[in-house]
Amino acid sequence: MADTYKNSQVIKDPDDNYKTIGTRPIRHDGVDKVTGRAIYGNDVKLQGLIEGAILRSPVAHARILSIDTSVAEALPGVFAVATSADLPEAGDKIADLGEGPVNLAHLSANCLARDKVFYKGQAVAAVAASNVHVAREALELIEVEYEPLPVLTWVLDAMKEDAPILHEELRTNQMGKKGESPTNICDHLHFEQGDPDEAFEKAHLVVEKEFKTQTVHQGYIEPHVATAHWNQDGHLTIWASTQGSFSARDQTAETLALPTSKVKVIPCEIGGGFGGKIPIYLEPVAAVLSKKSGRPVKIQMTRDGVFEGTGPTPASFMRVKVGVDESGKITAAEAWLAYESGGFPGGVIGPGCMCVFSCYDIENARVDGFDVCVNKPWTKAYRAPGSTHVAFAIESVVDEIASRLEMDPIELRLLNAAKEGTKRVDGPVYPRIGLVETLEAAKNHDHYNAPLEGPWRGRGMASGFWFNIGLKSAVTAHVNNDGTVTLLEGSTDIGGTRTSIAMQLAETLGIAAEDINPKVADTDSVGYTDITGGSRVTFATGLAAIEAGKDIISQMKERAARLWECEPADVEFAEALFSRGDDSISFSDLCAKLSNTGGLITARASVDPQGFTNGFAVHICDVEVDPETGKVDILRYTALQDAGKAIHPSYVEGQLQGGSVQGIGWALNEEYLFDDEGKMLNPTMLDYRMPTALDVPMIDTVIIEVPNPSHPFGVRGVGEPPIIPPPPAIANAIKNATGLRMTELPMSPPRIFAALRNMENGSSGEQEL
Amino acid sequence: MGKKIHVSTTINGEAVEFLCEARQSLLEVLRDTLALTGAKEGCNNGNCGACTILFNGAPVDSCLVLAVESEGAEIETVESIATEGHLHPLQECFLEGAALQCGICTPGFLVSAKALLAENPDPTEEEIRFELSGNLCRCTGYDKIIRAVQAASGRMKEVN
Repeated sequence: MADTYKNSQVIKDPDDNYKTIGTRPIRHDGVDKVTGRAIYGNDVKLQGLIEGAILRSPVAHARILSIDTSVAEALPGVFAVATSADLPEAGDKIADLGEGPVNLAHLSANCLARDKVFYKGQAVAAVAASNVHVAREALELIEVEYEPLPVLTWVLDAMKEDAPILHEELRTNQMGKKGESPTNICDHLHFEQGDPDEAFEKAHLVVEKEFKTQTVHQGYIEPHVATAHWNQDGHLTIWASTQGSFSARDQTAETLALPTSKVKVIPCEIGGGFGGKIPIYLEPVAAVLSKKSGRPVKIQMTRDGVFEGTGPTPASFMRVKVGVDESGKITAAEAWLAYESGGFPGGVIGPGCMCVFSCYDIENARVDGFDVCVNKPWTKAYRAPGSTHVAFAIESVVDEIASRLEMDPIELRLLNAAKEGTKRVDGPVYPRIGLVETLEAAKNHDHYNAPLEGPWRGRGMASGFWFNIGLKSAVTAHVNNDGTVTLLEGSTDIGGTRTSIAMQLAETLGIAAEDINPKVADTDSVGYTDITGGSRVTFATGLAAIEAGKDIISQMKERAARLWECEPADVEFAEALFSRGDDSISFSDLCAKLSNTGGLITARASVDPQGFTNGFAVHICDVEVDPETGKVDILRYTALQDAGKAIHPSYVEGQLQGGSVQGIGWALNEEYLFDDEGKMLNPTMLDYRMPTALDVPMIDTVIIEVPNPSHPFGVRGVGEPPIIPPPPAIANAIKNATGLRMTELPMSPPRIFAALRNMENGSSGEQEL
Repeated sequence: MGKKIHVSTTINGEAVEFLCEARQSLLEVLRDTLALTGAKEGCNNGNCGACTILFNGAPVDSCLVLAVESEGAEIETVESIATEGHLHPLQECFLEGAALQCGICTPGFLVSAKALLAENPDPTEEEIRFELSGNLCRCTGYDKIIRAVQAASGRMKEVN
């Protein structure tokens, strides 16, 4: 039976000897989720609840001359209509809201547009009515007068000197210095080390290529949804589907100019996020509709609203150049990266710049990155934000170098691999990392060494890097008299983290994972906790749970000392047993005595750990290209990754498999198709076409455990790296199958077909951008 | 809006009557009128399968069925899969095999998989992938879902 589930391997750290960690208990919220009982955002039912809908801009760039809501307000069944006039003026304040600094005026205008709309689908007005049908009828009665403005839909067009300007007040921020004239370039980042120019001159071989990627959505199955109740006492309660209940609270409070203490966010189960449910869209809108109507208001986005009105990951243009010596050692590298930020400033170019060369030890390197406004949705985080783009570029160039030097691509990477002590071009020096071990495991894997025969078939591999982050987490643990522990945590649980956190407390206390009862608490009921993102929760919230566990042990030693009339320092604790000399008492027996020795115990911990360390993934894939249609089939796929320590291996495998398939979708099919007016042509799931079960094979996994020395159990974080290698691994496999070097994502059938025809007609096999 | 329409139907083995507007989908009535919120709305246009129910034994997207069309129909939802306090083998295997992450698509997959195994108790991997291709999952990459259905198929044969 157990074997039915297995296509995974765990390469364990030989030193570990855990009781609970590394096992595969049933997740604590599992039964609710397989019986339909779990309460997601749209399952909230409240007395007097009414429903809202959002009016979205039909044009991609325009001045709003007027909005007339009077006819809509008069429709029977309509309780309230809201526009930006109902939101406080945000001024130009910058607030740190858990995912880095946010300009509040932009955040507010993205919830309800003010004087301009910057992309098609931007929210303009909202209605609350007795039901969603009436609300949608009312939307059609709102009269908005737009003065059309020129539309920009491609990053390089928006960077031109004479380009139309989206935000008149915008000046380029160039490493802290502000530019002087209006522009669409929000940021110009620059990193440099060594002397790349000289190194390129001396290089034995230099390969330079240009790459393009298109806008891609996170594609969570649950649309954004929020319910708000603005009580008569001035307290606002939000039931949210969010990756960060505290971040949602703070963003909402700032947008509405409310004191933090007046806003409570109750996190519901969340139906996927992948970075897209960090920003708020609906919460302040539902709140003002609730205030105006006196009723609780629920708004769920439509699916086209999700595609057009939320934050996808940007389209990009990249130029990457790498020089090597005769042995294949990389001596110089340069990247010029332009990412679209969308309708407002502030995209994901920063991590793009920091990730581009991060798998390699390169002495001489230069990176220039540009964050550029265009008339498309405001781009946001999507799993390893910014890293997948650059991996497509650098890993394709490195593959090209390997083939020109007739070197094995893994050998070339091992020769140049980043390791402990390597300095990244953006400054940091690596602590203990596991890239070399992961590459070695790939090199030795059966998949990499298996024969692959037949026409139009090829194998490729690629690596990927993600930082992983720490940030703040809190838990509260209540010890019950039956030996169980109730664990309140602030991290919203998207993929099983209740269990991975509970297992770390269980290991600390020496009890079973099933004896911990983990609950995701609301913002009034647990300490401040940052977002679920950055591959941080099992690491950082896990640390908080470990700290709380140590506090429980210390408090219980005092109780044991009271029983034995000794000093707490004389009591020892190991394997769920308290002892002093010949006296001993089990954890659960001592729990039964807590009530009579001073009362039950509560422990809590708040952490802000700095000891997070990086994650690396290496993927291998076999493809078959259909020359008649340009369609690429994945024949076999293996994802290897350094997890530090896999707390619950099944859910680590799940991250590797799910991330890989998202990356496969990005590589082969997913993209926003825009017309010249900035209108998305495919805002449905069937037309956007994410992978189905029929599009992918089983995803084999190898978890490599190179423990993080800064975490008691060695956890690094695993969620993000697996989305990074698929596009280049597949591009490299296509090259081996066909001779084509694809340089644009997605490598969809029409693009492959056209490139194959070009090659037949005598071109070099280089895709034309 | 005209008067609401009276509909008599059978849901999860029980006779149910409800009033609905002509424009309401069966999904909407199940969730909002009858408090059966196990079926989820992911797209409201039949693309994602999160609202899959059995309609006279066949898996359908309940967002594409008008509530009035269910007059006289036999409807089964995810809420009926566990019986008498026991999980169905599919539910057990989804949990044991970690075949869900966020869980929003899970009810739809369970209903589709139940219909598949009723029709074909011993499906191949390819058959499972084909029959479940109307249900989108963005978290798992499908691997563990396919394996859980295979495991449930084996367990159900043992029981029978």
